[in-house]
Amino acid sequence: MKAMLIRGGRVVDPSQNLDDILDILIQDGKVAKCGKQLKDSQAEIIDAKGKLVTPGLVDIHVHLRDPGLEYKEDIGSGTLSAVAGGFTSIACMPNTKPVNDNHTITRYILEKAAKEGHCRVFPIASITKGLSGESLSELGELREAGCYGASDDGKPVGNSEMMRRAMEYARPFGMTIISHAEDLSLVGSGVMNEGPVSTELGLKGIPWVAEDAATARDIMLAELTGCHLHVAHVSTKGSVELIRQAKRRGAPVTCEATPHHFTLTDEAVRGYNTNAKMNPPLRSEEDRLAICQGLADGTIDAIATDHAPHHIDEKNVEFNIAMNGVVGLETALPLTLKLVQDRVIDLNRAIELLTCGPSEALGLPVGGLQVGGDADLTIIDLDRKWTVAASQLNSKSKNTPFDGWAMQGAAVCTIVAGEIVYKLD
Amino acid sequence: MAFQHKHILGIESLSREDIELILNTGDAFKEINGRDIKKVPTLRGKTIINAFFEASTRTRLSFEIAGKRLSADTVNISGSTSSVVKGETLEDTAKNIEAMAPDIIVIRHGHSGAPHYLAERLETCSVVNAGDGAHEHPSQALLDLMTMREHKGRIEGLEVAIVGDITHSRVARSNIYALSKMGARVRLAGPGTMLPPGIERLGNVEVCANLLDAIKDADVVMMLRIQLERQSQTLLPSLREYARFYGLNTENIKLAKEDAIVMHPGPMNRGVEISTYVADGIQNVILDQVANGVAVRMALLYLVSGVESMQTQ
Repeated sequence: MKAMLIRGGRVVDPSQNLDDILDILIQDGKVAKCGKQLKDSQAEIIDAKGKLVTPGLVDIHVHLRDPGLEYKEDIGSGTLSAVAGGFTSIACMPNTKPVNDNHTITRYILEKAAKEGHCRVFPIASITKGLSGESLSELGELREAGCYGASDDGKPVGNSEMMRRAMEYARPFGMTIISHAEDLSLVGSGVMNEGPVSTELGLKGIPWVAEDAATARDIMLAELTGCHLHVAHVSTKGSVELIRQAKRRGAPVTCEATPHHFTLTDEAVRGYNTNAKMNPPLRSEEDRLAICQGLADGTIDAIATDHAPHHIDEKNVEFNIAMNGVVGLETALPLTLKLVQDRVIDLNRAIELLTCGPSEALGLPVGGLQVGGDADLTIIDLDRKWTVAASQLNSKSKNTPFDGWAMQGAAVCTIVAGEIVYKLD
Repeated sequence: MAFQHKHILGIESLSREDIELILNTGDAFKEINGRDIKKVPTLRGKTIINAFFEASTRTRLSFEIAGKRLSADTVNISGSTSSVVKGETLEDTAKNIEAMAPDIIVIRHGHSGAPHYLAERLETCSVVNAGDGAHEHPSQALLDLMTMREHKGRIEGLEVAIVGDITHSRVARSNIYALSKMGARVRLAGPGTMLPPGIERLGNVEVCANLLDAIKDADVVMMLRIQLERQSQTLLPSLREYARFYGLNTENIKLAKEDAIVMHPGPMNRGVEISTYVADGIQNVILDQVANGVAVRMALLYLVSGVESMQTQ
């Protein structure tokens, strides 16, 4: 494999507090050297002057829909969407058909990703068999096969004892338990955030307490069991505060927030816009601001997309019966950079939330640019202006609420293990 | 003033002038309903589809009679007889209907926003909302206003109590918009489980702690139907208790103004939200509402059809 020299970029790697104009030499898929004025006459030169060079971005919450729901997305199209958005590692959720509740499915995903994928894929195991909430998946073998975490994403583990046992069982295997925090009895048949907008539109609401109550339970179970809990897609002010307090107590808790929850509110549902329908739902401005605060003060560890591709036939229907979820891989980076432009967080924090923040939350062996480590990098043009066109997305599905949005900042080159997997002219 | 709306999706998008025009037009059409030959040629050659995807007797009948009295051809389809049960999407059903070139689709649907969904996707015909989920029921609010104006001589300044299940009521929402735009004040009351958050932001609304506060000195008392089928849920302990705390009866009606009128969008649960003696009492205008419903729907069909602007040209 030919060596590669990335020259003159501003290298930001929050995992080692690095922020400097540096050259990076890549040999055999690894970071060989990182320093000033590096030379290698054999290497392919990549001019990164004026650009940002970061560890490859990491998204720990993606639905690849493969196996079983390939009409929405598959491992090829989903990972292409990832690298186009600057991501070099993604973790995929187990709610496929069949569910990733045994090592055979995990191996299928990893083999297909090795063959047809464009980036690294880390499958997440289901906590319970078939996402039924009734009996534990074979978490030991799933860990051996390559699952770093387990989640019944899309469904909460409703039974508190089941969740307790899952945490106790997962802990010695070093697995993270990911909570989809939702009390279904409080959700009922709700389809959007409960508040003035749901009242006006005549749509059934989901109150914030549905999330807060479940988050509180799972934090306490993590404290009881000592298992690492990661709370997925935090959407409420109350959940952010509960996690902030838990961290202060030293509880083994991390969490993530999505770009749509820190960018949009339930106002986006007006007009019965099914591309603003997701779970958890878009919340109030107060909640959105609390998430921004959590991103800034360190309460929230990671930005994750909850990339949830759905076919147009599943969205082009009445709001009540539309599927939940939006695609997010190709809009996450500019929306995160918008937080920097709006002075919510600084650039280093933004990159942290997209690299070592998520990788540490799930214990993934990626997210930094240490010499000797895998050469996964993203080169970002902070000034590049572009407009989102849903029809142009690399994902098979086009269900984005950001169609037509003017963005600033884009990944212009994505490198996985020393190979360019995506390049924007 | 010409009517500018192609569709009637809700009261929210109508102005005070629009509402006044509809009510005035309704008043003018009302006379036809008392004639020996109850038919005018106004909409001759127009086709109106009444697409009722949710059960309805009164509203469908009212729209059908309204269309027929204007000489339009009216065709009814219902949820159980349409292709919806065969798995066809609402968009496909509507586009198939549109391909047969109707002029107006009147739609009743259980999903909030369904008429808006159709209006966005249909190219030629007008969409009239006959009730969508818990969102809006514009023709009901208009017939209510027409009835209030008839009995009270005005709408501006009226104190209107609306009592019952506000959360699930499209009648309440449309009335809140309409009454607020026309300068009336709305007081709401109902069980704590049936008062949605932020309802006061929809207009000139006061949420009252109980039925008595809401109806005290009111000019109009509007009782909403309590959905018997919701009893399996967690919203009410019993109809007996509902009747005791939120039912209108010969005693508590005395708190309202002496000349207050009593309204109900129907169908009534006698002995639950309204006692038989009040429902049949001297203050009730419930059948006037039904009669005005035909007139106001004639006005809506006439105004969205564009016939008016053609005649004035």
